[in-house]
Amino acid sequence: MNWFSLFLDPNTQWILMGSMLLGLSSGVIGSFAYLRKQSLMGDALSHAALPGVCLAYMLTGTKSIFFFLIGAIIAGILATAAIGYITRNSRIKQDSALGIILTVFFGVGIVLLTQIQHSNSGNQSGLDKFLFGHAASMVKLDVYTIAGISAVLVVLCFLFFKEFKLLSFDPGFAKGIGLPTILLDQFMMLLIVTAVVIGIQAVGVVLMAALLITPAVAARYWTEKLHVMVILAGLFGAFSGFVGTVVSSMVNNLPTGPLIVLSATVLFIISVLAAPNRGVLAKTRLRVSAKSEYQPLTNQRVKEKSL
Amino acid sequence: MAFPLTVNNLTVAYQKKPVLEDISFRVPEGKLIGIIGPNGAGKSTLIKAILELIPSITGDVAIFGESYKKTRKRVGYVPQRESVDWDFPTDALDVVMMGRYGHLGWFKRPDKKDKAHAMECLDQVGMSQYAHRQISQLSGGQQQRVFLARALAQDAEIYFMDEPFVGVDAATEKAIIALLMKLKSQGKTVLVVHHDLNTVKEYFDWIMLLNVKLIGIGPTEKLFTKDYLQKTYGGSLTMLDSNTSPIIVSPR
Repeated sequence: MNWFSLFLDPNTQWILMGSMLLGLSSGVIGSFAYLRKQSLMGDALSHAALPGVCLAYMLTGTKSIFFFLIGAIIAGILATAAIGYITRNSRIKQDSALGIILTVFFGVGIVLLTQIQHSNSGNQSGLDKFLFGHAASMVKLDVYTIAGISAVLVVLCFLFFKEFKLLSFDPGFAKGIGLPTILLDQFMMLLIVTAVVIGIQAVGVVLMAALLITPAVAARYWTEKLHVMVILAGLFGAFSGFVGTVVSSMVNNLPTGPLIVLSATVLFIISVLAAPNRGVLAKTRLRVSAKSEYQPLTNQRVKEKSL
Repeated sequence: MAFPLTVNNLTVAYQKKPVLEDISFRVPEGKLIGIIGPNGAGKSTLIKAILELIPSITGDVAIFGESYKKTRKRVGYVPQRESVDWDFPTDALDVVMMGRYGHLGWFKRPDKKDKAHAMECLDQVGMSQYAHRQISQLSGGQQQRVFLARALAQDAEIYFMDEPFVGVDAATEKAIIALLMKLKSQGKTVLVVHHDLNTVKEYFDWIMLLNVKLIGIGPTEKLFTKDYLQKTYGGSLTMLDSNTSPIIVSPR
């Protein structure tokens, strides 16, 4: 009974808990990023986090989530500022600016990462896991940190739900009634960066963007209510975290990140196909039934004409 | 008594060339005012600058004699319908409820009273039967009415509406204008960006003629004349008969 013993192992329980909470919080935050059409921003922020994290490690010599967070936030601020600057002061559109900045930051990150691996400090093992994640390398303290930060993220989204909703739907109106939209915008950015940083160990920077967006997109298919969508996205994220972690701990040395993302993608495909109203199957069924109901009418008309 | 809206020397520029230049005017209470001018005249920009949605270079705006920051709760705003993505996971009632957010303050959720109020506003625009319909399932005219209901939910005393008649059918237009007249009769001030010159006389008791600079503001019968309109539209305007017949804006 390989399966069963896996769940009894307290270590695995911790790791599972960590991945699920991570999926939950990133699904919740990702919903707002997706609705604000900032899916690519999540991608840029997660890639931009890599050089920040590497620099934080080089300067402090420790693998502490707190220092990583500071590094990633600084890198994230730099990246968004650069994207904003390019978009405002040149003819380059935001998508191209994102493409440029994302790759530059990621490139710098890879250079730094290689540098760290060739350095002599003994503590560097596991840093290469930043790219694709390795949930099994999480220790109890990491899980505590992830759980704590995830809980804070979810609570913040709950508290600011009304404001985030208005900001996502109609930022102009939000500004008109006096919401500090620029501040809220930065705040949301900060939440995304935070989710990326706590996801580095389990999922890795490359695929964190997928864990932010995929559950949200899948959830959108099932509902027309924002709060339901946010909750669903959180659940989808948690489920992906669970499945990805279980599979990666059963098969030796498979990175966790890709497996979590693959599980999220499976959920997404199921949603696209099977969701009521918005799903492909439901739409096809609707079209076919509309056609068959219309058919006798047209036949009749033809008959009348021929008469 | 302070005027509902006072604007002094307002200038707005996106780039070097100003979009609005040195605009100064005052609006008395209880008027329905059409803001009229050609494309690029700065009509929407004026509203956005007054509501501080975009920065202005110079000038100051007073609403009921105070800065907009202090009088937000007395101001209602209807943005252009195209300014949002209607495929948002929410229903009509929820959008109208957003009009209450400014009164609620941080962290507070709308309660039953707010909901009832929002429902009432939907009813006023004749949309109560669509309260729980997803907003992308509404027609353009219905979406416009939802936006209007949201502004009503703001319980304001002065309203700014950015092209509420664009892309709506005749029935909706009539329903909207009836509502605006009602607001006016309650002593509220309504400023509307408007495009169709043919209906100006019928709808508005005041008009504001705008083309980067303020050409004129005042009672419609005084300003809605060939001279003023030609000044505003810069000779690209043909009026068949200055009194009754349709007005044609011909391409330059």
